[in-house]
Amino acid sequence: MAACADKEAMLQALVDGELDAANALAMEEHLSACPACAAERRAWTALHERLGAAEVAPAAPAALRLRIEEALAREAAVLPARQSGRRARRWRAWAIGGWSAAGMMAAAAATFFILFLQPPPSDLGDQLIADHVRSLIPGHLIDVATSDRHVVKPWFNGRIDFSPPVPELADRGFPLAGGRLDVAAGRVVPVLVYRRRLHVISLFILPAAAKAGEGRTSAASPPGYSIVHWRQGGLDYWAVSDVGKADLDQFRTEFTARASG
Amino acid sequence: MLPHMDAAYAYARFLSRDSVAAEDLVQDAYLRAFRGFAGYRGGDAKAWLLAIVRTCFLDWTRRRGGHAAEPAWDDEDRASAVADCADTPEEALIRAADANALRRAVDGLPEPFRETLVLRELEEMSYREIGDLMKVPLGTIMSRLSRARRMLTASLAGGGV
Repeated sequence: MAACADKEAMLQALVDGELDAANALAMEEHLSACPACAAERRAWTALHERLGAAEVAPAAPAALRLRIEEALAREAAVLPARQSGRRARRWRAWAIGGWSAAGMMAAAAATFFILFLQPPPSDLGDQLIADHVRSLIPGHLIDVATSDRHVVKPWFNGRIDFSPPVPELADRGFPLAGGRLDVAAGRVVPVLVYRRRLHVISLFILPAAAKAGEGRTSAASPPGYSIVHWRQGGLDYWAVSDVGKADLDQFRTEFTARASG
Repeated sequence: MLPHMDAAYAYARFLSRDSVAAEDLVQDAYLRAFRGFAGYRGGDAKAWLLAIVRTCFLDWTRRRGGHAAEPAWDDEDRASAVADCADTPEEALIRAADANALRRAVDGLPEPFRETLVLRELEEMSYREIGDLMKVPLGTIMSRLSRARRMLTASLAGGGV
């Protein structure tokens, strides 16, 4: 090919759609008069189409996607709370175009796809449900897995700045399964995990906000999850689960009786 | 769910020519992106992410003492959405064979031509974005693309690598 050497760069730019109108016009005029350059343009266009049509670019393996989503979920859980609140919101907007945090985290578990279409958590209750559902991703439910409350309670020492009660409720039908740290209301909070038959109850514990909070006693977003809120001894408790409302109310009764006694 | 992961993986794959390393590079890049998110000043998210992948790759090359991997494409490397439903099995095979021939030819390009071509043809970045990423002037991008395309065409015409 004896294409014009001085037109080489311009020809690249024309094929790549990088020329402004005036230069593109000048190049088109040259191409109509120069068969060698015209042939080269056809060759580059054909190469471009071949590279695109054959899908030469490999797709990211599905396993890699899962691995990264889990790594990010772990990362998000250990960030300092204040920083993470702001950052997580911006990241979320970047990563998932405004879908809920649960949408991103629960991506690993297709069964939770129902949350994908939920709007971003608008209040603490929604956020706690999202945290609870995210925790159901395998491996994230419990940081310290034990039914021994004498292990769970010290585990929180040094990780949070207050000491929540950790009553045993197995004889009441709510065996302790462990504890974990989560991020709620812009801070790291302890979460106690109890079981109810085959269900899991996440109990988030926050220092009571200065303003007397009107607790939501139930929530229907997303469908199938219940949330019960109470305040006791200067702490706000939020129990989140997919057990029935009656079970969750019973859990509150049992917990408050043991925690004060 | 995470955006641009295919783009990041393809870029890492062609940079490193190593599918295992590419996975680690992409994971590393997303973690760095997450940690460094405060530094994201808006702009094109894909370009920002690819720049992080590039940094990860340069670190990785330094760690392994500048040793280049032996390029290899195995069956694990599926093209994105290769199985077009309209394809007959034969057509699908031909497409897959063509994709593999093209991948080997691209892998056979020396740097910096390979990276420039991948960014332009596969990642569909603009000259300006490529220039910002590789930190070279636009004229250099154009001449590299020209060389890369010539070498690629010659390699394909010669029966591939």
